[in-house]
Amino acid sequence: MQANTLSGGFTKPAAQSAHAFRRVLEAMARPGTIQDIEGAAPPAPMSPAMGAVLLTLCDTETPVYLAGDMDCEAVRTWLAFHTGAPFVGPAHCMFAVGSWDALAPLAVYPIGTSEYPDRSATLIVERSELSVKGATLTGPGIKGQTTLSVPDVDAFQTNRKLFPLGLDFILTSGARLAALPRSTKVS
Amino acid sequence: MYVAVKGGERAIQNAHAWLAEERRGPTDIAELGITQIREQLSLAVNRVMAEGSLYDPDLAALAIKQARGDLIEAIFLIRAYRTTLPRFGASEPVDTGIMACDRRISATFKDLPGGQVLGPTFDYTHRLLDFKLAADGEAPNAPSREPETGNVPHVTEFLNREGLIEEVPHDDTPPPDLTREPLEMPADRALRLQALTRADEGFTLGLAYSTQRGYGRNHAFVGELRIGSVPVEMDIPELGFSVEIGEVILTECETVNQFTGSKTEPPQFTRGYGLVFGQTERKAISMALVDRALRWEELGEDNVGAPAQDAEFVLYHADNIQATGFLEHIKLPHYVDFQSELELVRKLRHEAGAQQVQEAAE
Amino acid sequence: MKDTVSEINPRKDWMGLMAKAPQGRVAALLDAEISRPAFTWLRAPELGSTMVRAGATGAAFNLGEMTITRCALTLDTGEVGHSYIQGRQKADAEAAALVDALMQTEMASRLRETVLKPLQAEMVTAKAARAAKAAATKVDFFTMTRGED
Repeated sequence: MQANTLSGGFTKPAAQSAHAFRRVLEAMARPGTIQDIEGAAPPAPMSPAMGAVLLTLCDTETPVYLAGDMDCEAVRTWLAFHTGAPFVGPAHCMFAVGSWDALAPLAVYPIGTSEYPDRSATLIVERSELSVKGATLTGPGIKGQTTLSVPDVDAFQTNRKLFPLGLDFILTSGARLAALPRSTKVS
Repeated sequence: MYVAVKGGERAIQNAHAWLAEERRGPTDIAELGITQIREQLSLAVNRVMAEGSLYDPDLAALAIKQARGDLIEAIFLIRAYRTTLPRFGASEPVDTGIMACDRRISATFKDLPGGQVLGPTFDYTHRLLDFKLAADGEAPNAPSREPETGNVPHVTEFLNREGLIEEVPHDDTPPPDLTREPLEMPADRALRLQALTRADEGFTLGLAYSTQRGYGRNHAFVGELRIGSVPVEMDIPELGFSVEIGEVILTECETVNQFTGSKTEPPQFTRGYGLVFGQTERKAISMALVDRALRWEELGEDNVGAPAQDAEFVLYHADNIQATGFLEHIKLPHYVDFQSELELVRKLRHEAGAQQVQEAAE
Repeated sequence: MKDTVSEINPRKDWMGLMAKAPQGRVAALLDAEISRPAFTWLRAPELGSTMVRAGATGAAFNLGEMTITRCALTLDTGEVGHSYIQGRQKADAEAAALVDALMQTEMASRLRETVLKPLQAEMVTAKAARAAKAAATKVDFFTMTRGED
C-alpha cells in the first residue's frame, strides 16, 4: 500500500469538512450558483471538488457507486481509507459518482419512497467544465430564473416529474461545484 | 394567550453550583477517583455500559461520578456522549464460543465438558453485611488452580446434536440498527435483541419475573450462563483484512425452554437468548426470558395477553432514557397549559353549579 | 483465542496484539528500545466508535458500541502504519501505528523481540492468572449417597 493513495484527505477535518459542508449546502439551497470548494486532493480521475464532497458527506453508512472510470483501484483505496464507505451497485447506493455518460441510465437509482422520500440517491457528476450559461432553471432557492450548463435537459425534466421522489444532483468540475436538487425545474 | 417570560438564569446557575458542591460533599473526605469507581464499583460501571450502549469503563466511571451515583442519569450522559462519536464501522459478529470464561454454569447439565465454573459470584454468599469492609486496608487474595486449556463448548450444542432443541440459522447479514432507524413494529429478532440488551435492568427483570409467575409462562431453565472476555474483530477497508481492535467482557445466557409443540412446530426445547455488555447476569437472564416470551407468535403459541408477550408494549417502554425523558419533562414549567386547564375546570364547575341551582328550583 | 503470532498474516496478529495492550505499554516498550523516527500523519489520531455485533447464536444483531482510536502515518522511507485500538488513547494509537510501520522495515526482527514478544508474554501471563482463579472456582461434584438400595 502506497502512502500517496492515502494522502490528500482533509488536513484539518473538523474545520475543512464544516466549510465544505457549507459550500454543498449553499449549492443545494441556491441551485445554479457555482461554489468553490477545497481541501481535498483525490487521485485521478476524481476532481478536488468531488473528493471534497465525498469526504464531507460519506462515511461507513453511505454506500457509494463508482461509475465508469471512477471505479479504479486508486479511487477505491482513497475513499475506503478516508471515508470507509462501502462500494455497491447503482440500485443500492446513496451516492453515485462518475461522468454523466457513465452514470446513465438514471432509472436504476433509488428515488426514495412516499414515506421516506429522502431514501434516494444523490448523483455527483464530474463535468469537464461548469458555467452559468446554458439551460434555464427555476424553482425553490432561485429568484426568478437563472442559467447553468447542465448535461441533459430531458433527464432533469423526467426527474422533476417524480417529485417529491427523485434524484438530487451535484455537478463538480475542478475545484467548483453546483447543484440541481429534485425541486428545480430545468428548461 | 401565550406569555413569554424570562428569568431563572441566576437561580439555574446557582443550582448547578450547589449541585457540584453536593456532588463533591465535605472536602475533608477524600474525593473518589475515576479509577476507584472503575475498579471497585465495576458492576455499576457494567450496567452503565450495557444500558448506555457504549463499552468504555473509564467513561462509564466518569458518568457515575458526575451523576452522583444515579445510574440512569449516568446512562443518559453516556448516551449523549455516544452521539458525538463518529462511527468507524461495525465489528465481525463476536464469537462467545471462544470466550475466556470467568464464570460458566449450567442449571441443566451437572457434568458438562468445561465444568461448572462459579467465578466471582454473589451466589452462596449469606447476604450478611460484612462489617470488616467498613475498616480499610483489606487486600483479599483468590486461590488459583491449573486451568484447562481450549474453548468451552456451548451447552445448547449437546442438545442440538440430538435434535432436541430448535435450530437457529446462522446469518451474518448486517442487522438493522435502532440507533440509526427508528424502531418499527413488527420488530425482527435483531431489533428485539438490540432493544433488550440496552433495556432498563429493572423493567426487564420485572417482565421476566412476570413470565415465571404465570403471565406468559415459558418454563425456562438456564441452559448456560457464561461471563468472560471475547476479542472484537473489525474489517479495516484500507488494509483489506480484519484486525482485533480490543476485547469486551460479555454475559451470555441461553435458556432452554420446555415446549410441547404447536400447530407449526414439533415438541422440542426452544431457546431464549440474552447477551449483555459486562458482568450483568441478572440482566442477561431476564433478557433471555423476555426474548423467549416475545417469540410466542413465531412458535405458534397462544397469546394469553401477558405483558411480556406484547412486543410493542415491551420494546417501546424498555428504554430508560426515553422513559425518563418523557416522565421527567412533566416537572418542568407547564404554566400556560395548566392555566388553561384551570380555566376549563372552573368553567365546568360553574356550569355544573348553575345546573344544580336550576334543578333544585324545579 | 489466538495468542500466538501466526505465519499466515503476521501483520493482523501484531495489530491485534497492540490493540489489546494495556494503556501506555506499547509506547514504553518502543521508547525503551529506539528513539522514534520522523513520520507524517496520513490521518491524525481520532476518536470514534465501532458497533459491536453479536452472532454466536442465530442471526447477527447490534449489541452496542465501543470506543476506539485510530490513526495512520507514513515514515520518511514510505512505509505506512495503521492502528485501530480500543478506548480513547491517542498516544497509544500513535505508538501502535509507528510499530506497525517499523515492522515493515529492517527494524522488524528487533522490534518483534523487544516489543511484540514481551507484550505477548505479558498478556498470556495476565490471561493465565485470571483463568487460574476461574479454575479454582470449578465445582468438583462427588456423590454422597445413591437412592437405589
